[in-house]
Amino acid sequence: MTPLRYARAVDAQDAVLQATTGATYLGGGTNLVDLMRETIERPEKLVDVSGLAVGVEETENGGLMIGAGTRNTAIAAHPLVRQRYPVLARAILAGASAQIRNMATAGGNLLQRTRCAYFYDESGSRCNKRQPGQGCDALGGFNRNHAILGASDACVAVHPSDMAVALASLDAVVHTRTSKGERQIALTELHRLPGDHPDIETVLEPGELVTGISLPPALPRSTYRKVRDRSSYAFALVSVAGAIDLADGHIRDVRLALGGVAPRPWRAYRAEDVLRGGPIGKVAFAAAADAELSHAQALRDNGFKIELARRTIVAVLDELTGDPA
Amino acid sequence: MSIAKDAKGLAQGMAQSLMAKAVALAPDNWVPGGVPDPLIGRQHGHLGRAVSRIDGPLKVSGTARFAADFPMSDMVYAAIVFSTIAKGRIVRLDTVRALAADGVVEVMTYRNAPRLAPPPAFMSDPKAAGGDSLPVMQDDQVHWNGQPVAVVLAQTQEQANHAASLVDVTYESAPAVTAFEDARANARPAMFMGQPLHDEKGKAKAALDASAVRIDATYRTPRHNHNAIELHAVTVTWQDDVLRIHDASQLVSHTAWSLGQMFGIPEDKVIVTSPYVGGGFGGKCMWQHHVLAAAAAQLCGRPVRLVLSREGVYRLVGGRSLTEQQVSLGADADGRLKALIQRGLTAKTPSNVMPEPFILAARSSYAAETIELDVHTVELDLLANTFMRAPGESVGTFALESAMDELAEALNIDPIELRIRNEPEVDPLNGLPFSSRRIVDAWRAGAQAFGWERRSVVPASRREGEWLIGMGCAKGTYPYYRMPGGAARLTLTPKGASVGIAAHEMGMGTATAQVQVTAERLGLPIEAVDFEYGASTLPGPVLAGGSQQTAAIGAAVIAAHRLLIKELLGIIGNDSPLAGLKPDHVACRDSGLCKRDDPERHETYASILARAGQNSIEVVGEGPPPLELMHWSMHSHAAMFCEARVNAITGEPRVSRFLGSFDCGRILNPKTATSQFRGGIIMGLGLALMEESQIDERNGRVMNPSLSAYHVPVHMDVPEIDVIWTDIPDPHTPMGARGIGEIGITGTAAAVANAIYNATGKRVRDLPITLDKLL
Ligand SMILES: Cc1cc2nc3c(=O)[nH]c(=O)nc-3n(C[C@H](O)[C@H](O)[C@H](O)COP(=O)(O)OP(=O)(O)OC[C@H]3O[C@@H](n4cnc5c(N)ncnc54)[C@H](O)[C@@H]3O)c2cc1C
Repeated sequence: MTPLRYARAVDAQDAVLQATTGATYLGGGTNLVDLMRETIERPEKLVDVSGLAVGVEETENGGLMIGAGTRNTAIAAHPLVRQRYPVLARAILAGASAQIRNMATAGGNLLQRTRCAYFYDESGSRCNKRQPGQGCDALGGFNRNHAILGASDACVAVHPSDMAVALASLDAVVHTRTSKGERQIALTELHRLPGDHPDIETVLEPGELVTGISLPPALPRSTYRKVRDRSSYAFALVSVAGAIDLADGHIRDVRLALGGVAPRPWRAYRAEDVLRGGPIGKVAFAAAADAELSHAQALRDNGFKIELARRTIVAVLDELTGDPA
Repeated sequence: MSIAKDAKGLAQGMAQSLMAKAVALAPDNWVPGGVPDPLIGRQHGHLGRAVSRIDGPLKVSGTARFAADFPMSDMVYAAIVFSTIAKGRIVRLDTVRALAADGVVEVMTYRNAPRLAPPPAFMSDPKAAGGDSLPVMQDDQVHWNGQPVAVVLAQTQEQANHAASLVDVTYESAPAVTAFEDARANARPAMFMGQPLHDEKGKAKAALDASAVRIDATYRTPRHNHNAIELHAVTVTWQDDVLRIHDASQLVSHTAWSLGQMFGIPEDKVIVTSPYVGGGFGGKCMWQHHVLAAAAAQLCGRPVRLVLSREGVYRLVGGRSLTEQQVSLGADADGRLKALIQRGLTAKTPSNVMPEPFILAARSSYAAETIELDVHTVELDLLANTFMRAPGESVGTFALESAMDELAEALNIDPIELRIRNEPEVDPLNGLPFSSRRIVDAWRAGAQAFGWERRSVVPASRREGEWLIGMGCAKGTYPYYRMPGGAARLTLTPKGASVGIAAHEMGMGTATAQVQVTAERLGLPIEAVDFEYGASTLPGPVLAGGSQQTAAIGAAVIAAHRLLIKELLGIIGNDSPLAGLKPDHVACRDSGLCKRDDPERHETYASILARAGQNSIEVVGEGPPPLELMHWSMHSHAAMFCEARVNAITGEPRVSRFLGSFDCGRILNPKTATSQFRGGIIMGLGLALMEESQIDERNGRVMNPSLSAYHVPVHMDVPEIDVIWTDIPDPHTPMGARGIGEIGITGTAAAVANAIYNATGKRVRDLPITLDKLL
């Protein structure tokens, strides 16, 4: 770890002022500090924002506002989240471990970085994300966990968050602040696809602070399903967040997002388009999954993810349209 | 938990009739015609009692000191820089920035490291402890990806870590063989412990061809890394000319000798202690960190602490090598084996002597008419592989016992029945009688306890919701070993006795069980017995490996006990009630000696010592050569039962129930034994379902060097595990016991694979069984 300075921000404005060149915001530190130990991140200064914007509140339109500093555990345990947004509670609880969730903040979770082994191997592997133009060792190496959607020749890494996948399915909006003012970004627009510049991972400007995440009112039913290599404490191979509104035996509205398959939380618009207004049933669900995955591309080790994603999408839709448990 | 109380066997009856309450001397060797250890028959004493670990309170209160807990004044902390190429040489090594960093005291590289002899590789000498024989930081050569190339010493660990990231190294790569496929053509016959890994009985190929029913399949197991929860660590200082090492070790004396060889000093000038070890499993032997820390301490003239990071453990401590095993079984229509062939390949390095010996289990498993076993090795430019819990049997039983399951299905015979039909009368290869073999009892008891009769014979026929459910079984086995040379010191005082032996406690419960044994042998209360271990200065050496410690310590204490009795009778004088008795006439009882056939003629140790005006008696006894191994085929067995669930949609495999039914001789302490069995099984679940070191074949680099990326079972992956045992003593071993540390991992992976087959109809022959193989 490179020596650095540490400062705790007293409020959002202070945080933005302190975030000068070379500074990085610190949430719970569960990802950032690991990356600093590996010398992948070398901030000169940490601005601790974990104490800012803590809490979950109901908004006027019947949605929720989640402060960026709210711990993952607190979000998952919040009664309104559990009642109205089970997809979010389940996604959070499916991630990491209890100890990590107790530390991790909402903002940090969104902005956590990929777990690609070659990205992590600072001294021994090439990575375009870490060092632009260096090359990508994951392409011809271990890529069982890597992307089947949205990747590029420069980078095939996936975004590892579970929570962000649920948020993508909920039409969440990210609230940010810079010294120039505040803005709102659709969560699905927050992360960039890698293209030629996998090192630029989000649309955030340097020093832009995430202050909160707002959710519109929920669809009546939602859930999250995560498929992984062990029962707990493993990143998703494939995950599916789904929310649905049924009327008279057809699908009035639906939102689907996929995790573990793409460089960002992957909103499955193609599948939604097939489903919206259409009938309930395995045939329609499979057609929707196929529509979404028709552009999927397999690497050396991850071809199984295409079939796995297809099956998991269908299973989640089955669950959401079946008898409520 | 005994499952065969009424079938305790001849041995026990024999032993019981020999003695009343007092414990007579044990035999001084185990050969045919001899008497069994009198402790075998002891029913209501310390043996077999669920005594809690004597080190438990120290560990839960955090007062047990592990290798990295010993404080030393003026100590510096070390951080290692690892190579990033597989083979070649260092052409530039710039330490200027590192040396200038805050707190840095020294940077050691091949340029300034003390000159050392190469490490003696394990098995190249009785006390050799090295993982390989490569020189340690002596030249510019790189032999594997991850080899240490610099050691930074600083005032704090953080400063050392930071400065290590500032060391700048440029390499010139040489061609390296890092892909298994590239080496395949150069396979050579394997030698293990001086013997070829090759056995033949009859003409197996011909017998196979002539068999009514045949199975022929290839099974693969990947590389595994050691992941003991305690990171490898040493705290090292040179006190005058003595090298003092606080270690986490399963072979203190071997390490002392080996370091002595390297530094050119006598072994008694190297003191290695290791009172507590947070998991060994074959990984806590001597690797480069010992040498580097000792060399660095010499270089900078200050004590050094070197704790490997988790990544460091992956880069410089060897693990289990991969195997590719072909198993061919031929049987007649009744399931009697006509041919058993297990052969294949494993990888090692040019600098070590450890081929993963995956045929060991097959040597004594089944009464096949013909047998052919063979291991060939290829050599790769990687970190040396090494021993890891049940080397050979753990992965060998996966192949063999999967194949037996396939054969049972082909024959339409119950898999347990098939195994029982092929139970040998005598050792199938060498014809020796078995010292004790009650696996059939274990099968029957296990099947009943597990509810085997509820298994559906037709695969993929049981389903609950999304989950396909199946049951499978497999046989585990591990040999009884006792290595020659173990010696123990026995000290008797008016207050009690103390055993001193260079043995190891890695969390297995060794100290606890040996206190029970010694107390029983000497007729003392448990509180009156002390067990001193884990120091190279003690008599020994006793390697904690091959599940042999219990027997080796047991035999050494028996030898010391004989000497002690002799000494006691020598000072007893004419006024004692025991006056005039010979060693074979006395026995130990109630904190003293008595006449064997007249226990009322008794005098306490305290009284004997007092009358002789002595405060203590000290003897050192050496265990006799392990002759028992020449007269009997000695093996433990386990009948493993698994219930697995596989998600029909996602392929996720999960184990929902497991039972191990063991035949391991006498169980000395059911509490610590249960933990050993369960721990072995849990490691076996990891072997079956998730463990795999991902070495990038392009450059030989471990790509998952962390517990986040290298999966071992988490709590939710581990179901309730039942363990039961026959508790039938082996009449030809000390205490009737055989080691139990490794057998739990054997057979487990096959039981899981067979259960998954029963659940899904899918036969997965390469580990780990991940969901993509079940979609
Ligand atoms: C072993 C392990 C297993 C895990 N398993 C899972 C899993 O299964 N599923 C899963 O989803 N996650 C998993 N995680 C990741 C975990 O969810 C993240 O580490 C965590 O959410 C990050 O939150 P944090 O507050 O600690 O972020 P930090 O580590 O503090 O920061 C992460 C990034 O966010 C930036 N940041 C933080 N707050 C703000 C802000 N307000 N504004 C702008 N930038 C900000 C930081 O600068 C940094 O770049 C795992 C982590 C570990 C270590």
